[in-house]
This record gives sequence, C-alpha cells and structure tokens, in this order.
Amino acid sequence: MIRLQNVSKTYFPTSKRRNARGIEALKAVDLHVPQGQIHGVIGLSGAGKSTLIRCVNLLERPTTGTVTVDGQELTGLSGEALNQARHRIGMIFQHFNLLTSRTVYDNIALPLELMGMKRGDIRERITPLLELVGLDDKARQYPAQLSGGQKQRVAIARALASRPRVLLCDEATSALDPHTTGAILELLRDINQKLGLTILLITHEMEVVKSICHRVSLISDGELVEEADVGDFFTSPTTQLGRDFLNDFLELEPPAALIERLEETPGEHSHPVVRLAFSGDAVSTPLVSRLARECGVDVSILQAKVESIQDRTLGLMIAELMGDAHDTRRALDYLRNHDLQVEVLGHVQRDD
Amino acid sequence: MSSAMINLILGATLDTLYMVAVSGLIAAALGIPLGVMLYVTRPRQILAQPVLNSVLGIITNIGRSIPFIILMVAIIPFTRALVGSSIGTNAAAVPLTIAAIPFIARLVEGALNEISPGLVEAAQSMGATPWQIITKVLLPEARGGIFTALTVTIVTLVSYSAMAGAVGGGGLGDLGIRYGYNRFNPTIMLITVAILVIMVQGFQSLGDYLVRKSDHK
Repeated sequence: MIRLQNVSKTYFPTSKRRNARGIEALKAVDLHVPQGQIHGVIGLSGAGKSTLIRCVNLLERPTTGTVTVDGQELTGLSGEALNQARHRIGMIFQHFNLLTSRTVYDNIALPLELMGMKRGDIRERITPLLELVGLDDKARQYPAQLSGGQKQRVAIARALASRPRVLLCDEATSALDPHTTGAILELLRDINQKLGLTILLITHEMEVVKSICHRVSLISDGELVEEADVGDFFTSPTTQLGRDFLNDFLELEPPAALIERLEETPGEHSHPVVRLAFSGDAVSTPLVSRLARECGVDVSILQAKVESIQDRTLGLMIAELMGDAHDTRRALDYLRNHDLQVEVLGHVQRDD
Repeated sequence: MSSAMINLILGATLDTLYMVAVSGLIAAALGIPLGVMLYVTRPRQILAQPVLNSVLGIITNIGRSIPFIILMVAIIPFTRALVGSSIGTNAAAVPLTIAAIPFIARLVEGALNEISPGLVEAAQSMGATPWQIITKVLLPEARGGIFTALTVTIVTLVSYSAMAGAVGGGGLGDLGIRYGYNRFNPTIMLITVAILVIMVQGFQSLGDYLVRKSDHK
C-alpha cells in the first residue's frame, strides 16, 4: 500500500557559500507497508522521522527515490494530480493543526470542501464520522473549547473524511497524557480494523509501538537500521539502539549501588551480573532451579518482570550468578543454549 | 455659537468621515491582497517567489517611508488625472488611500505570520491548492488580526486626514487649524479635537468588537 524505494532527502543550506554541504535527513530508505497493516517508525528526535513521514505525501519532496501509495507513484506527480492523490492519504499531527476559526463540524468538512463536495453530501459524510470518534455532541463547538484528546479525535475524523486508503500519524499522541494516549491509540486500532485502513505512524514512544503496531522500523541518523514484527522487536532487538529503546521502555536497569560496584573485566573473586531476556518456551522453564542443579551456580535475582507484548510474553531479569569462574561460564553457556538473550553487564566482587 | 458655525462643524465632520471611509475601503480592497502577496511569496511559502517578494517589499517600504504631507503634494498630478481636481475631499482621499495601502499590507502580512505553519501543512496534506489555502485557511484564521490592522489603519487615517487641509480637502483638522488657530477661536479648536477623540474611540470600539467576535482561540 505504501512503498518507499531508495528515498533520500538532503536539505541544502540557503546560504550562497560555496562548498556548503547539505544535511542528509534521510539516506536511501526502503520501506514497504502492506494493505491493512499498522507500521510504526520509532527513533530519537532528529533521527529523520518527521522527514520520512512527510516524504510519503510529498509535503517534503524526496531528493532521490520513489514513493508509491496505493499503486500510484506520487513522486512523478505535481500540481493538481498530486492534490488529487493527497485526497486519498489522511494525516494527523502532534499539535492537531485544527483551524481555530472553524467549528468541529466545519473542520471535518474542510477536506470535503477542498474536493468540491456539495453541502448535503458533506453532512451525510460527517454525521457517522462524529459518531465514530465519539464527538456527536461537540459538532458546534470550537477547537479551543476541547481537550487535547478531543482535538485529536476531530483531527482523526477530518483525516478520514475523504475516505483515504492510508493514514499518516505524525507523533499523534506525543502531546497527550498517558490516559488520553491510550484512548486515541484504541481509536486508531479500531479504525484500522473497521475500515481496513493502512496506518504509518512515527513516534518516539515504545508504548505506542507496543500497543498498536504490527511491524516496526527503527530509524537512526536518517537510516532504517532495523525492521521486525513487533513481537520479535520487543523480545530480541538486533541492534544496540533497539536494545537501548527496549531497556529504557522496560526500565530494567540494575540498582544504582550495584552499577557503582560493577567492573568490566572478570576478576579472581568476582561474579557476573547478567541481563536475561526470554520469550516463548523459555518463559515457562524453571530456569533458576535448573541453573542451581545442573551448573552448581546460585542465582540471586536483582530485578525481574514479565511483560506481555500483544500475543507474546516476555520475561526479563537482572541476576547475579554466584559460583566459581568455571561454573558461571558453564551457566552462561547453558542459558545461551536455551534461547535466552544474555547480556553480561559486568562483574562484582564476592562479598565473602 | 452661531448656527453657521454649527453647520461648519457638521460639514467638516462629514468631510472627515467621507475621506476616511473612501480611502479606508479602497485601501483595504488593495492592501489586504498586497499583504497576502507579501506573505505567500516569501521563501518556503506556498507560492514562494523570492524576487517578486523583494520587489513588493521594497515598493511597500517606499510607500511607508514617504511622509504623508510630502506624498500628498508629490502626487498632485496623479490625483488630478484620477479625480479631475487637486483640491477637495476626493482629491485628499487619493493620497490617503495611497498611504494606507502599504500600511495595511504590512499589518496584514504580520497577522498572517501569526498563523501556525502547521495549519498550512495540514491543508496541503489534504490536497488544498494555494488559492484554497489563502481563502479557506489563511484569511479566516487571520480574521481577527486583519480587523486589528484595519482598526489601526482607520484611526491613522483620521489623524492623517487632518493634514488634508493642505490640499483644500476640508475636514475637522482643517477646520481646527483655520478657525481655531489662525482666527484665535479656542472653542472651535476644542470642539474639533473633541469630535476627533470621540470618532477614534468609536472606531476603536467597533474594531475591538469585531476582533473579539472573530476570535475563537
């Protein structure tokens, strides 16, 4: 439904200075979002998320590459043809971007007015939309009288008014509180299922990816560095950035007092401290007792939690493996052989 | 006060209102589009035309930098060609209009500049043409700011019109100078000033009302 091929975007400085180098906001991005999927692009600020999503409806024209939406190559279009194509792509924004001079009803009517639709037809379109987003009683109010969540609902209704095939969400929940974020995400999932709408969203919040995305891409410095199904991404990210995002999200860091005592290299009398992530069959395995029995290693659990990511379960643990050097090495091998993600955080001196 | 005097004051008041109304209306009709042009032709705007933008900007600045009293006498040939005479209220309305156009244009440009760029971006994402963005987004969103601009302009025109006497334009300012100052009649002076004060207050209140009504922020 959405296909980006070799899309790059370079901003050239406006100054006339010779040899001034452009800033590469996107570098040869390839992305494919099939019909009906919710695809998230996550990254830190300045990674190129905004540029990426703006390239899809050509608010930013890519420097190279092609953008194809619903079988139509947009990069070849301009003027009237591009405007026609944009009627089939809805977009919502972080700051809602509603017209303050128009009521809720008239804001939703705007894209239909732009298409030259008749007043009666507009009314027929808007009434069910107001119901869909749960604002039937707010039609005559102005955006200033609404809460952030209600404003985003209006923006969603406005984006859906022209019956688009694709919805682009530019940090749509970043300006909302956690509770409202949940409600808006639920609405997005709802319209994805009811209308079969393909959704591409950009965000810096793992929570958004976790709760509604099917697939996720990780963007860093203008490049898509990792792409995976959401379940896989949350259980075994393949890049360091992916692991950083996950650890920040799970807030699984060893206690501060322990971090101070961690040494990088193993010593004669030290124990490894490990971060374990396990999913699938490993979740239900009695891991700790097996380590004790089969490797002769005692396990001291410092932190642990179990997360359910959509239909999967993810277990996480920070633990100290106590035993002599030979046994702990065996224990680490044992863990790795049982499909666990093992990360040695450091070593601590034995207390005894 | 004699009835002749009262008629004189009444006539002068109507002259002032006439000059302000005519020049204000024409200047708005030309100045608002010019202000929109100044805004939309800026670099990175919806109809970016950097060269045209600079040219319009320079013309606007020239218009705004000429002192009104000089403008008035400098364009006398133009005024005569346009309204057939270089004296009278119609003749005074010409330089008033010319002075007000760039004034309104800059104020309107400033009002448009207050609109969040996100609104234009949203309209573009819906496939709006530049003309639709101007008529459905920019002008409605700037309505309050444009009313403010027009109010400031009208008030400025009231005070400029006092100089219209220099080209025989009549009006309250002219009356105040000729009768109040030249003929040592402080009563007339005070009355004309009082009427001007009331007039300005009235325009300002009307303007404020319109701004309030159009503001839903």
